[in-house]
Amino acid sequence: MTTATVSEHARPPFWRDERVLAVIAQIIFLIVVIVVAAYMYSNMYHELSRRGLKPGFDFLKLEAGFPIGETPIPYTPGDTYARAFLVGVVNTIKVSVIGIILATILGIVIGVARLSTNWLLRAIATVYIEIIRNTPLLVQLFFWFTAVMLKFPRIKQAIRLPGPIYLSNRGIAMVWFKPTESFSLWLIFLLAGLVVATLVFRYRSHYQDRTGNPGYPWIFGSATWLLFALVGWFLVPGAPITVDKPVLAGLNFKGGARLTPEFSALLVGLVVYTAAFIAEVVRAGILAVDKGQREAAKALGLTDFQMMRYIVFPQAMRVIIPPLTSQYLNLTKNSSLAVAIGYPDLFNVAGTIFNQTGKSIEVITLIMGSYLSMSLLTSLFMNWYNRRVRLVER
Amino acid sequence: MTPKSIAMQTRRQLLRDFLTWLKENLFSPWYNALITIVSAAVIYVALKGILHWVFYGAKWGVVTTNLRLFAVGPYPTDQLWRVWLALGLALVLGGLSWGAWGGRSLVALILVIPFLVVFWLAPITPAAKRNWTVVLFLFVLSSAVAEFVRPLRKPLQKILPFAWLVAFFVTLVLLHGFKGSQRLPLVETGLWGGLLLTILLAVVAIVLSFPIGVLLALGRRSSLPIVKLFSIFYIELIRGVPLVTVLFMAQIMLPLFLPPNLRIDKVLRAMAGMTLFAAAYLAENVRGGLQAIPKGQYEAAQALGLNYYQTMRYIILPQALRAVIPAIVGQFISLFKDTSLVAIVGLLDLLSIALSVIAQPQWIGLQREVFAFIGVIYWIFCYAMSYASRRLEVKLGVGVR
Repeated sequence: MTTATVSEHARPPFWRDERVLAVIAQIIFLIVVIVVAAYMYSNMYHELSRRGLKPGFDFLKLEAGFPIGETPIPYTPGDTYARAFLVGVVNTIKVSVIGIILATILGIVIGVARLSTNWLLRAIATVYIEIIRNTPLLVQLFFWFTAVMLKFPRIKQAIRLPGPIYLSNRGIAMVWFKPTESFSLWLIFLLAGLVVATLVFRYRSHYQDRTGNPGYPWIFGSATWLLFALVGWFLVPGAPITVDKPVLAGLNFKGGARLTPEFSALLVGLVVYTAAFIAEVVRAGILAVDKGQREAAKALGLTDFQMMRYIVFPQAMRVIIPPLTSQYLNLTKNSSLAVAIGYPDLFNVAGTIFNQTGKSIEVITLIMGSYLSMSLLTSLFMNWYNRRVRLVER
Repeated sequence: MTPKSIAMQTRRQLLRDFLTWLKENLFSPWYNALITIVSAAVIYVALKGILHWVFYGAKWGVVTTNLRLFAVGPYPTDQLWRVWLALGLALVLGGLSWGAWGGRSLVALILVIPFLVVFWLAPITPAAKRNWTVVLFLFVLSSAVAEFVRPLRKPLQKILPFAWLVAFFVTLVLLHGFKGSQRLPLVETGLWGGLLLTILLAVVAIVLSFPIGVLLALGRRSSLPIVKLFSIFYIELIRGVPLVTVLFMAQIMLPLFLPPNLRIDKVLRAMAGMTLFAAAYLAENVRGGLQAIPKGQYEAAQALGLNYYQTMRYIILPQALRAVIPAIVGQFISLFKDTSLVAIVGLLDLLSIALSVIAQPQWIGLQREVFAFIGVIYWIFCYAMSYASRRLEVKLGVGVR
């Protein structure tokens, strides 16, 4: 009898049992979510059927029929909507990857400049950061596009910078490398060189670790690779790459690398904007390294460079990587502002597809899916890198 | 020693300090001197170019003739008193808050003077000059009232947050008006524009996203798996896509989701989009604050017999929100900048007005002037907020470990 009373005491009535309440609360929450979603879906369904539209992705196989200004992969208006969308995705990836690389370099330079002992340099870096971070990116993009890129002189009077690099209102044309037929053969040498160089690098660092004598692994490794490249250069028939200079032919430049004003404005805008944020991330990361670490490095007699290379940077990296990742993601997402200046990124192309087909849900699903997968891939890569540089805690 | 020789000595000391400062900060070691020279050259060239352009090259007529357009867009001229009233209301409340939380009215006065000078020199109508003077005077006056009438302070500190909330809705109603009303005729949101719309969008998004964001943050840390999954899904979905897709979705999908007899206009749809977007980011900020609360606080609340609601309402959220105020201000800054994206979906915010001004044939080729002008406006707002946020951080003692 006593046990029964105890268990009665231990078990409150079900309407006051927390576990039961939790389940009930969740079921109610789920029902509310489902009802709202179903209501919205039925509204949408009726509206769409009223307009005579059937949901589905079949339209992707239809002919797109619109031209795209920049096509890194072959595309003609006769291709399908799927192909057009793919061109947009490739354009987004192109501007994001180049943008991330350049923004990282510029950001590190400015971040280090902000910590410089030189007062003037520090002031320049601070002013740069405060101006760029406190104005909207879209305003900056419009500025770069309409007030800089389109204000360059006409193509006949293009500004010539050393290189040569030509600036005109038709975009930027610059000297670039052009692979010849023997390039693939040379590529084999480069790859073989990379493998051997890695082995040499491993061996020299192992030697350094074992004996304590400087092994110069970086110098030996790159020298090996350069040697392979040089030997390959002379062994393959003809030069594997040639320097391709842009020349004025008719109404535009021929040869070299030619960037449209839209792409240039977007790239410059994204790089300049994101670099200001990366600079702050880098600065915070370097400042986060304990002062004692620097003092210890000095006491060991390391040079300034060695101190930065072996003591400060490896530790700063741990602090820098997570916020840096979110800056990379921001840059990728911000590239969608391309639509404002007419660069055919994925959002822009998808917008055109929507205007032509009226397939709202499908197009938005495609856009969101693409951005989500790019975000996911970037995060995965950066998490993998973060695990590599992370401090192994006790 | 005579006073004169002391003065001489201090002067010499000052000179020596200055030279040491120069040497340490600019000229030592040798490469620093090089950097200094290059930097000085860069600054000289940039400043010379910019100043020359500002004073001789730029044609500022495009800005001065369109000032009203930049400020309020196509808001009807005969109804502008409503905007002034809203501004006055905000500045009175601002002044009261300034004084109630220990700001000095003298400082407020000093802050106001440069604005007064700018507005008196600006090419605006005499009525606008008078109105600016009045509202700025009201700001100083109300800060003085809150500072010097001591017994008012405590009640003010209690009332003001609610007063701000009420003023927020009053302002929206005041600007919008009623259909068929004589005193407050309807001003369609399609006529809201310029800086007014930019500020409204940012404020609406942050105010309305606040409750949603807090709920999402609590949901993400909840022990109920369905609620938790839903919150995570929502937050990560929104944070994974650009704002412009959310705005696009709000413009196109929202009308589809709602019943056919409920039609909401473009501005409201953009506000809904910005709110949903801001909520996800706010949730992450609040979550940061929740994670910073030591476990002992939860346990103590439990030991006192408080239930979940009481624990959150009286113990956890007051501490967590206090800790993330600077982060929320930071989010507000980026939200303020992000309002410029509504130009892409066809609203008449500050950037959009700028683009339409540039497109007018009589102002052709004056992009630099217009973008520089609106850039400066955005900059003043954002810099002021980030400065305030840094001060707040120091005052609240957060971020210092």
